[in-house]
Amino acid sequence: MNVIQKQVIIIGGGPGGLAAAAELKKKGVEQILILEREHTPGGILRQCIHDGFGLTRFGETLSGPEYAQRFIDQVHELGIEIVTDATVIGLTEDRLVTAASRNGLLQYQADAVILTMGCRERTRGALSIPGERPSGVFTAGTAQAYINLKNKMVGKNVIILGSGDIGMIMARRMTLEGAHVQAVFEIQPYPSGLPRNIEQCLNDYHIPLYLSHTVTNIKGHNRLEAVTVSQVDEHLKSIPGTEKEYACDTLILSVGLIPENELSLMAGVTLDPRTKGAVVDEAYQTSVPGIFAAGNVLHVHDLVDFVSLEAERLADSVAAYLEHGLTPAEISIETEGLIGYTVPQKISGTRDVTLSFRPRKPMRDCWVEIRQDDTCLVRKKYSRLLPAEMENISLPADKLVSKSRIKVVTSIE
Amino acid sequence: MNPRYDVLVIGAGVVGCSVARELSRYRLSIGVLEKGPDVCMETSSRNSAVLHAGYNNKTGSLMAKFCVEGNRTFDQAAKELDIPYRRTGKLVVGFTDEDREKLEGLKEQGERNGIEGIKIVERDFIDRKAPYVGGNFAMWSPTTAILSPFQFTFGMAENAASNGARFFFDSEVTGITHGHFHGSSFVPDFQAQAGEKSSEAASGAYDPDGGYLVETKSGQFFCRWVINCAGLGSDKISSMLGIDEYTLYPCRGEYFILDRNLSHMLPLPAYPVPNIKTGGLGIHLTPTLDGNIMVGPSTEYIDSREDYSATQAVMDMLIEDGGRIFPYLKKESFIRNFAGIRPKLAPPGVGGFHDFVIERRDSLAPHAVNLVGIESPGLTSAVPIAHEVIRLMKEVEPLAENPDFNPIRRRIVTFRDKSPEEQARLIAENPDYGDIICRCETITKAEVLAAIRGPLGAKTVTGVKYRCRAMMGRCQGGYCQPKITELLMEEKGIRPEDLTYERRGSYLFTGEVREK
Amino acid sequence: MNRTMTCILCPNGCEMNLEYEEKELISVSGNRCPKGAGYAEQEIKNPMRSIASSVLVEGGDLPLCSVRLSAPIPRERIPEVMTEIRKLHAFAPVHIGDVLLPHVLGLDSDVIATRNIEKQN
Repeated sequence: MNVIQKQVIIIGGGPGGLAAAAELKKKGVEQILILEREHTPGGILRQCIHDGFGLTRFGETLSGPEYAQRFIDQVHELGIEIVTDATVIGLTEDRLVTAASRNGLLQYQADAVILTMGCRERTRGALSIPGERPSGVFTAGTAQAYINLKNKMVGKNVIILGSGDIGMIMARRMTLEGAHVQAVFEIQPYPSGLPRNIEQCLNDYHIPLYLSHTVTNIKGHNRLEAVTVSQVDEHLKSIPGTEKEYACDTLILSVGLIPENELSLMAGVTLDPRTKGAVVDEAYQTSVPGIFAAGNVLHVHDLVDFVSLEAERLADSVAAYLEHGLTPAEISIETEGLIGYTVPQKISGTRDVTLSFRPRKPMRDCWVEIRQDDTCLVRKKYSRLLPAEMENISLPADKLVSKSRIKVVTSIE
Repeated sequence: MNPRYDVLVIGAGVVGCSVARELSRYRLSIGVLEKGPDVCMETSSRNSAVLHAGYNNKTGSLMAKFCVEGNRTFDQAAKELDIPYRRTGKLVVGFTDEDREKLEGLKEQGERNGIEGIKIVERDFIDRKAPYVGGNFAMWSPTTAILSPFQFTFGMAENAASNGARFFFDSEVTGITHGHFHGSSFVPDFQAQAGEKSSEAASGAYDPDGGYLVETKSGQFFCRWVINCAGLGSDKISSMLGIDEYTLYPCRGEYFILDRNLSHMLPLPAYPVPNIKTGGLGIHLTPTLDGNIMVGPSTEYIDSREDYSATQAVMDMLIEDGGRIFPYLKKESFIRNFAGIRPKLAPPGVGGFHDFVIERRDSLAPHAVNLVGIESPGLTSAVPIAHEVIRLMKEVEPLAENPDFNPIRRRIVTFRDKSPEEQARLIAENPDYGDIICRCETITKAEVLAAIRGPLGAKTVTGVKYRCRAMMGRCQGGYCQPKITELLMEEKGIRPEDLTYERRGSYLFTGEVREK
Repeated sequence: MNRTMTCILCPNGCEMNLEYEEKELISVSGNRCPKGAGYAEQEIKNPMRSIASSVLVEGGDLPLCSVRLSAPIPRERIPEVMTEIRKLHAFAPVHIGDVLLPHVLGLDSDVIATRNIEKQN
C-alpha cells in the first residue's frame, strides 16, 4: 500500500488537535495532517451548545460550537490539511498510522504523532448497577448527542445519577425542553461537577442534588419504569433501609469520563492507572518516543480552555522535537496525601514547567508543596481545592536542587 | 382462511431455528412463530457461548447423546452456515482431593458418553495452556469449543428463510386447537364432537389427518404439524397441545462481561468442578470469540420467566467465586452484565438436570412434536435435536427431499478481521466499509447496513447489535448508538417514537425536540 | 441578612459571603475578582441568565441549529423566551452570529446562531 510521509499526524480534530495543529504551523512545521472521524471537526464541542467556553482563552463566553469554530477557522486560514470522515484504526510504535475512510484505507508514516482522541463516558456496565435492562438509560453525553444533534427527545420524567458537569447541563437542557428532572444523586459526599453548574443548572430550576446517594436498582422490563435510590455510608456501600423508589422513564448517567486510549495501547504507550491516560514528560511525550498526547486523552479536563492551552504547550515541544530532539526526562514526580495525580509525571529539570493536578477530596485553606530532597521548591496556598477543578502550578527550573524525584504534597495550616 | 402450513414451529430460538432449517431440507411449507420481535431473544442469546463436549450429562440420556453428537458434527454446520467458532479445549479446575475424585468421575462419565481425549492434568499443563487460571490440577477436555450463539442461531434462521421458511415475529401463541380441514374451512374437534356441523364447514374435501389452528397475537395460522420449540414457554405450549404434565422452573443465571484488554489472559474456558445439584455448572470464565471474557452464571430459581435483573448479592458472589479460578478479575474491567433464564424441568430442591423431553404423543396431540425443558446443553445439541424431530415426524409420514435446498449461508463480512490489503479492497468495492460506525469494535457502516438489510434484517437496536457486534464494546454504544438509530429509522422508515431498543414497548425516544 | 452564593460568571465559581438588606448589598467577600461583587448585587436585585437551545432548520446538513442569547435576560423570563425559541424556524445556510430573533420579547437580547449549518446538497 502507498504510505504517505508526514512530519506530524494529529489523531482527533477536537479542541486539542486543532489547537496543537495551529500552534505547530505557527512554529514553522509545514507537513501537518489532522485525521478526524466525524464529518466536521470540533470534537465533542459540536454537541456542547451551552455557553461558558472561552473565558480563559478568549475573554468572552461562547458556546461549544462557537469555540470550536474559532480554531477550525484558524486551521483553515493557516492552510493545515485535515481529512475528515477518517477513523484511525491502527497505530504502531514506529508511528505508522492507518485510517479507514470512504476514499480507501489511508496509511501515513509520521515523524511525530499527536494523540488528541478525547475521552468516553463511563457506562452502566462499568458501574454494575443492579436491576433490569430497559431502554431509557442513557449516558449524559449520548443523551446530549440525541437532543442537540439528532433532534430526538430521550424522555420526560428524569432521574440523574452522578453530578458530573454534563449531567447537570443535561438536567437544565431537559428541563427547558419540558421534561421533569426530579433529582440528581451523587454517590460521593461532594459534587463531581463545578460549583457554577450546581448553581445555574440545578438551583435555578429547583432540581435537588442529593450527595452520598446512589441508584441501587433499575426497574422496567421494556422501558424504564422506576429506580431505587439508597443512601451510602463512608465506604460508598448502600445503607439498608434507606431505599426510596422514584418512578421515572429516563435515567441519565453522568458518572465519569475515561480517556480513550485504545490506539495508545496499540502503539505500546504506558498508561497511568490514576489518570487512565499516558504517562508523559514535560514535552507531553509518552513512553513511546515521537508519540505525544494532550487534552482529555491525557487526563480529563473540566474546561476546554485548558485543553487548548495544554495542546499549545505540546505543540511547542513537538516543534522542538522535530528540530533538535528533546532532553530526556528522568526526574519522576510522585504524589502524596490528597493529590490525586500530576501531569506531567516526569520532567527533565531543564526548563520551567506547569504541573496540572487534582485533589482526591475537597479541601479548604490548604497548601500545595512541591518538594525535592526535603527542600520545598514551590509552595502555593489554595482557599479551596475541589476534585471537580483541575489546578495548575508552575515549577521554574531554577528552583530544582538535584536530579532526584519530586513529590507534590498537600498540607493544611 | 389464512394460508395453511405443513409445519408451524413455535419459537425462534436456537432450537426452533435449527428445526426450521432442517425441515427446509424437505418439501414442506414452514412457518416460524416467535413472540419476540427477533430471532435469538431469550435463552439462546443469554448463555456461556460454549460448545460443550458432553461429559456433564448422564450416560444414556438424550442430553449426553445429542451434546456429544452436536459437538462432533458442529464443523459441518459451521462450514455450511459460516459460524465462527474455535476449538479451544476447556479446563475444569480442581483444588482439593474431593475435587480430584469428582473430576475422575466426570472423566469416566465422559468416556462412557463416547468423548475422546479427556484426561486429568496437573498444574504444569494448566501453566502451559492458561497460566493465569487458578487450580492445582484439572480435567482437560480438548473438544470443547467457543462459538457465537448469535451467529449460530441467525445462521440457521437466515438459511431456513432463504430456503423458504417464513418467520412471523411479535406472534405470541395464545391458543392451539386441533381439528380437521374441510376444503377451505377448519372445524375444531370440539365442534365436530358436539355435532355442530355448519353447512359451510361440511363443504369441501375432508382432510383425514387433521391439523391445527394456532392463534397468535398477530392473527390465526393453520397447519398440519406443530413443533413446540418454545423454550421458556414450552410447558405452556405443551398444555395448549393437550399435553398437560410439564411445569418449567425458571432458573436465572447472571453474568459479567469483561473488557477485551484482558483477552490475552484467558485463552480457553475455565470451569470449577461442578456441583450438579445446583442445576448449573458453577461460576466459570469463558473467553468469547471477540476477546471479551464472560464470568458466570449464577443459578437462582425465580418466579418470573422474563426477569433478567442483575442483583447486588449475585454480582458480589460472581466476583468472589470467579476470582477463585481467575484471580485477575477487576471491577474496572467490567463493561456490562446480563442474565439468562434456564427453562428447567428439574424443580428447585431437586436440582440437577432433567433430561430433554422430545416426544410425539399421538393420542393427545397427533402431528405434533413436543420439546420441553431444552436447557443446557441445548445450544450444542440444537442440530441433533432437529434431526430427532424429523425422525419422529418420519415415523408418521414420509418426507420428500427438497431438491432446491441450499445449505450455504454467509455471514456479514467483518472488516476488523481482515488484513489491510483486504480492507482496502473491501472499501474500494463498497465505500461503506470505510465508514467506521462503532469505534470500539471497528464495525463499519457496510456491516450495520447488512445487519439491517439482510435476510430477517434487524429492526431494533439489539437486533443490530446481535448481528454485527456494533455497540458491544467498552463504550456500550455511547458513541455509535445515535448513528445506528438514525440508520435504522432511515432504512426501515420507523418513526422516532416507534423505534425500540429490544422488546415491544422499549422505546428510545419520546419524540422530536423540535417538530417540523 | 447573610447568605453564601456561588458566582457563575466564570469557571472559578467563587464562593462568596453576602450581607444584604432587602435588595441592597451591604458587603461581599470571597470573590477573587471585582466582577463577583457586581454579580452579587445583580443577583440580589434581579438575577440575570443566558440560555442555550436549538432551532429547527430546514434544508441543512443537520436538523437543528444551536442558538444562545446574545446577552443575559432576567431569570424569570426564561420560560417565555423558550416558548419563542421553540417557534423559530431557520433556513440553511445559517452562520454563527446570525440573528434568528432580534430583541426577543422586547428584551435587550437577541437569539443568535452558534453554529454554521451548510445547505444540504
